[in-house]
Amino acid sequence: MVLDFFRFLRASAGAMSRGSRGYYLWLLFLVAWIALGMLAYVHQLRVGLVATNMVDQVPWGAYIANFTYLVGMAAAAVMLVIPAYLYEDHALHDVVVLGELMAVSVLVMCLCFVMVDIGRPDRFWHLVPLLGRLNWPASMLSWDVIVLGGYLLLNFYITTYLLFSKFRGKQPDRKKYLPFVFLAIGWAISIHTVTAFLYSGMGARPHWNSAILAPRFLASAFAAGPSMVIIALSLVRDRMGFPVKDKAIDRLRQIVAVTMLVNLFFFFSEVFTELYSFKDYAVSMRYLLFGLKGHHLLVPYIWVAVALDVFAALVFVTPRFHRIPRLLRTGCAAAILGVWVEKGMGLVIPGFVPSPLGEIVEYSPSFTEFCVSAAIWALGALLYTLLLKAAVPIELGTLRMNPEPAE
Amino acid sequence: MARSDTKAAAPGDIVSPEERVEKLVEHRLEESGTRRTFLKLAALGAAATASACGNSAPTTDEFFRQHYKKLTDADKERIFRRIEDETLARTGVATHVSDPPPIDGVEFAYALNLSACNGSRRCVEACARENNLPDDPEIRYIRVFEMEAGSLEFEDSTPNYGSDEKVPAKGKFYLPVQCHQCDNPPCVSACPVGATWKEPDGIVVIDYNWCIGCRFCVVACPYFARRFNWSEPSVAPERINPDQGYLSNRPRPKGVVEKCTFCLHRTRKGRMPACLEACPTGARKFGNMNDPNSEVRKIIETKRVYVLKEELATLPRFYYFFD
Repeated sequence: MVLDFFRFLRASAGAMSRGSRGYYLWLLFLVAWIALGMLAYVHQLRVGLVATNMVDQVPWGAYIANFTYLVGMAAAAVMLVIPAYLYEDHALHDVVVLGELMAVSVLVMCLCFVMVDIGRPDRFWHLVPLLGRLNWPASMLSWDVIVLGGYLLLNFYITTYLLFSKFRGKQPDRKKYLPFVFLAIGWAISIHTVTAFLYSGMGARPHWNSAILAPRFLASAFAAGPSMVIIALSLVRDRMGFPVKDKAIDRLRQIVAVTMLVNLFFFFSEVFTELYSFKDYAVSMRYLLFGLKGHHLLVPYIWVAVALDVFAALVFVTPRFHRIPRLLRTGCAAAILGVWVEKGMGLVIPGFVPSPLGEIVEYSPSFTEFCVSAAIWALGALLYTLLLKAAVPIELGTLRMNPEPAE
Repeated sequence: MARSDTKAAAPGDIVSPEERVEKLVEHRLEESGTRRTFLKLAALGAAATASACGNSAPTTDEFFRQHYKKLTDADKERIFRRIEDETLARTGVATHVSDPPPIDGVEFAYALNLSACNGSRRCVEACARENNLPDDPEIRYIRVFEMEAGSLEFEDSTPNYGSDEKVPAKGKFYLPVQCHQCDNPPCVSACPVGATWKEPDGIVVIDYNWCIGCRFCVVACPYFARRFNWSEPSVAPERINPDQGYLSNRPRPKGVVEKCTFCLHRTRKGRMPACLEACPTGARKFGNMNDPNSEVRKIIETKRVYVLKEELATLPRFYYFFD
């Protein structure tokens, strides 16, 4: 068994290292980005977080914005798992492992974004349960550590177990993975809820201190996440010859059509409540949408984001549009980008503007922040590419421990 | 990008730093021994290694250091001496690090008379000197807001009014803000690793060697009282205050959060906070809230005091009043 696992790892590594010229160029491209980002990060380590554009008034920036967004992406794998396991959707069942592998890659990105954001990465171990000193249950961040770590372990176990079984040519034992699949469904909801509670629990920050925040987080994540999966599945089908059924893609399309509309509705509800009552606390929302006292850095971004969301929703609900694969993928890209702006910078930064004592300090990422963030995205893409490169042939049955004799 | 307050007027009648340093060096020479020399050498070596890979790369001892609350008295002694030796090696200044415990039965409170404050910002500067706050990048615990007369809206206020401005300006009043040492501090519950907590005398402190620098407490604070070390803080040797508290004004590394501690290294020994001593108008009052005869207790009982953002139920120990 242990020996088999080593064979599994070796065969996977072998599959990852073989590929076309295009595959190597893609890896090279990603590695180049990662190298650039590492240089930038070393610079940040040397001089401190002053290398970013964050200041005391805006203590969180691009790193935490990306982190927040990606937690949603990771949670969104559940949108494949629920139809596949609860509603016995066979088309989605075929690709569910690919979605879970995406969750694994994205969670690694989340950890990296936390790592680059903290001022003392050498003390990261203080956050590790039992080893450090977790301020649980008081701190929402301690909850986040537990649920994110747990979700990573769950998905890692499920995917490894399923792929390893297939590699050995054995039928996976339902008792050994199904309970974890169901646990992971609830867990997925919890990771994004807890991440939303980081923000909505802040009495000091009226912009986030809203009950709709967690539902908004989930709706937007379940719009952007499956959109990413649609694009990934299209690529896997075209480039790696994995037979993704049209039905699977269309089921995901139906999901994002609903979630994107719900997301827009939640956003509209929040905007209306904040603005119509003219309450003092709505200044951050006014800053975001219209600018405040001559400061309007975020205004163009948020309107572009809303436009992208609306465009995506239109594509997803209109048969004439979403039947064209290219247009459907464009709609997915719009959803991914729209939610990234709306929930990343569009949510995090206005929480700091104005500061609790009325100061207006605007923020946009520094070159260092840009390079480091891009590198973490590249790292995620690299990880997902490598995982797929091993997982696809195992799923297809071409990579087996004991290959069946050719007929 | 206003990182913090502008500079205030020159410090007033503080004893010159050189004099203080001289006294301390004398004191330290008397109690010197071979162990100290060895430690100094070790510290020098560590400092050299550290400077090779960025200033605040941790030593092994630092890396594995346990949380403050788990340290024994012997651990503390060793750590205090190490900090002193490191400071000496780095700056040539002899300092003394101690850790005065909270006094039984004492709960501190602060009261500030807004009718008296004239916006001189002497408190800001005295605080910076007392607490070894760096000038570049500038960190200040106290911010003084220039408010429109008749308004308590921060939106209409100016925190960075010019240092050459004649104060008090016509039609304005001044509202200094520093850590309110809340009885229900949102920063403490925010911290994921328990690196900040409320002491029995009400002061909220930070273990600078346990803080991971996530800045969740900065986000949680409704009073903008917490400061992050975005880069390596450095204080000119001649400006270093050698009287240092482990939980207050001792050297901080980059990448951690710090804040006002009501000068606990002074106040727990019966002295007044530096900001109070520097105030030219007597607007600042400080003392033991549990003592019915203390000035601050009488103010809270008899004046119409108020706290900032009462609706957040943070229960500050910092009261404002008009007289």
